[in-house]
Amino acid sequence: MNVVVCVKQVPDTTARKEFLPDNRINRAAVENVINPFDEYAIEEALRLKESQGGSVTILTMGPPSAEDSIRKALAMGADSGVLVTDPALEGSDAWSTALVLSRALARLDYDLVMTGMESTDARTGLVPAALAEQLKLASLTYASRVEIADGKVRVNRQIPGGYQEVEAVYPAVVSVVKGVNEPRYPSLKGIMAAKRKEIQKLGFSDLDLPADSAGKTGEKAKAVEVTPRPEKPAGEVIRPDSPEAAAGAIADFLQAHKFI
Amino acid sequence: MDFALPDEVTMLRDLVREYVRDRLRPLTMQVEEEDRIPDGILQEMKDLGLFSIPFPEEYGGAGLGELGYCVAFEELGAVNAAYSNIIGGHCGLCGMSIALGGSDELKGRYLPRMGTGEILGAFALTEPNAGSDAAHIQTTARRDGDSYLLNGSKLWVSNGPMADLYTVFAVTDRDQGAKGVSAFVVERDTPGVTIGKIDEKMGLRGSRTSEVFFADARVPAENLIGEEGKGFRVAMRTLDGGRMSLGASCVGQAQAALDLALEWSKQRIQFGQPIASNQAIQWMLADSEVEIHAGRMMVYHGAWKIDSGQRASHEAAMVKVYCSEMLGRVVDRAVQVHGGMGYMKEFDIERMYRDARITRIYEGTSEVQRMIIAQDLLSGD
Ligand SMILES: Cc1cc2nc3c(=O)[nH]c(=O)nc-3n(C[C@H](O)[C@H](O)[C@H](O)COP(=O)(O)OP(=O)(O)OC[C@H]3O[C@@H](n4cnc5c(N)ncnc54)[C@H](O)[C@@H]3O)c2cc1C
Repeated sequence: MNVVVCVKQVPDTTARKEFLPDNRINRAAVENVINPFDEYAIEEALRLKESQGGSVTILTMGPPSAEDSIRKALAMGADSGVLVTDPALEGSDAWSTALVLSRALARLDYDLVMTGMESTDARTGLVPAALAEQLKLASLTYASRVEIADGKVRVNRQIPGGYQEVEAVYPAVVSVVKGVNEPRYPSLKGIMAAKRKEIQKLGFSDLDLPADSAGKTGEKAKAVEVTPRPEKPAGEVIRPDSPEAAAGAIADFLQAHKFI
Repeated sequence: MDFALPDEVTMLRDLVREYVRDRLRPLTMQVEEEDRIPDGILQEMKDLGLFSIPFPEEYGGAGLGELGYCVAFEELGAVNAAYSNIIGGHCGLCGMSIALGGSDELKGRYLPRMGTGEILGAFALTEPNAGSDAAHIQTTARRDGDSYLLNGSKLWVSNGPMADLYTVFAVTDRDQGAKGVSAFVVERDTPGVTIGKIDEKMGLRGSRTSEVFFADARVPAENLIGEEGKGFRVAMRTLDGGRMSLGASCVGQAQAALDLALEWSKQRIQFGQPIASNQAIQWMLADSEVEIHAGRMMVYHGAWKIDSGQRASHEAAMVKVYCSEMLGRVVDRAVQVHGGMGYMKEFDIERMYRDARITRIYEGTSEVQRMIIAQDLLSGD
């Protein structure tokens, strides 16, 4: 089972974001990390490798510094990495990102493509399905459980109030939700081993794409405006005299807000 | 001149930082109250490789060198000092005494299992009558056929009660003074080895120290580290690395104390404004920042020197005395910034103040470090 995990480097979720004049996030101004949802995808792929054999390849489109994220995934146990990096790709939207990834995938040998359900910076959640569309593969999104059996991939697909059981022959594209597993920390041995693993670099010209298909020029979605989230109003502090009064106050609050 | 950390050390730092934040920080109060680190947590740390950082890769170590070891200690400084104390006794002192002075056979026998944490090490030098004056230890090792018989008692051995093996220093030739001291690897289940009661300490809760006794404990001659009479040299070289990493832990503890003081100074309102708006508070913060930076640079420089194969005893002594005393000043200011809150058990800073005190005493007191530094100066080395 050879799995390619598409990993995005994103600004640290806890950092305050700054925006460039064209409404894109200023990635140079913040600490960048692996998209937290992708960590679940990496972990799931590593578990498949451990149970089924095969390999895990990390595929990333991003600036040269995104190599750090690939390196971390290699330290967690992935076998090799591919970084697609080119100034011409800057500003790619979800559709052209999927296009670029699909072209990079055409050069790789895989049984499964895994991704996180969305990235924590843009949060469109469009790339997994768009990628499946480009690859003409089945798209199994929001998986909270992934299983390989009889040449098929089966997932529990999370939906409001429950889950659907979905299966497809692979190759297929699977996106996973938070909580599908508990991602491991890289080990020190993994860190040292990652130094010796290969990261292949691809540029725009390696992808056989028309010049206007990606980056700013290939844009199909345009960020018109960014508005900072309104500041959270200060919460109300209640200081009951006794545990009983506290329990009552909590129950009243939950009832008033229709939680119970 | 390049001040950037190597990539693998940066990854190590990020890993330890994340692990400390997610797994260890929530346990700080529990470790303090129960005076123990949960076994599951120690196992996790072993699985990550944190018990093998400075060991050479050919012996199953992480091979991240003194620099990697120091950077990890800096991050561990953000939580209970017990973590770095346990790893310090195990890796930096016991393990490195074998790695630096032991035969290939000895290294192959113990380092791989120490690296995985399957066996835990401790370092037994200090005795009731020999602390600063470590060359005057009284424990003896008498050759008997193809083994040695050890007799004597060791004091305040970190990891003493839990360890599976000890690096033990003993006199093989009384007439030779420091040159008559030899170092041995002694396994815990050797008949004649017993453990005393666990010490009650001011701080460092979660790390256990105790006496260790030797009564005709028979140790195979292969367990001699290096040659007879080279024990004191092994101890001093091992302590070079130990003092460097101890300095790193001081830098980490000081940084954590400053971070808390900074946070508190912005929150605490007196006279209608955050106390941070007073210059008196600002100067305390600024002085701490300056001194932490100085300490950190000294640690990185010393670690680099060790990793590049140079002797660094002089630097290690300077790092040890400066960083431990710097920590004392920084954590004291941090308590001051917290006011009465800094004296309350419910605040981390109270524990940090107590944890910090030992760093000026063990692995050579401040006075001993100054003796070493002055001797080097005066002998023109
Ligand atoms: C929590 C804890 C953990 C420890 N862990 C270990 C361990 O794992 N392994 C181990 O071997 N030891 C360990 N020790 C022992 C520690 O290394 C010694 O306590 C330390 O070396 C100082 O020795 P001492 O306590 O006997 O002090 P002393 O040597 O009695 O010193 C008392 C005071 O006199 C000063 N002094 C002594 N001689 C001179 C001089 N010539 N000039 C000026 N001043 C002088 C000292 O600086 C100090 O201020 C530990 C101690 C503690 C408290």
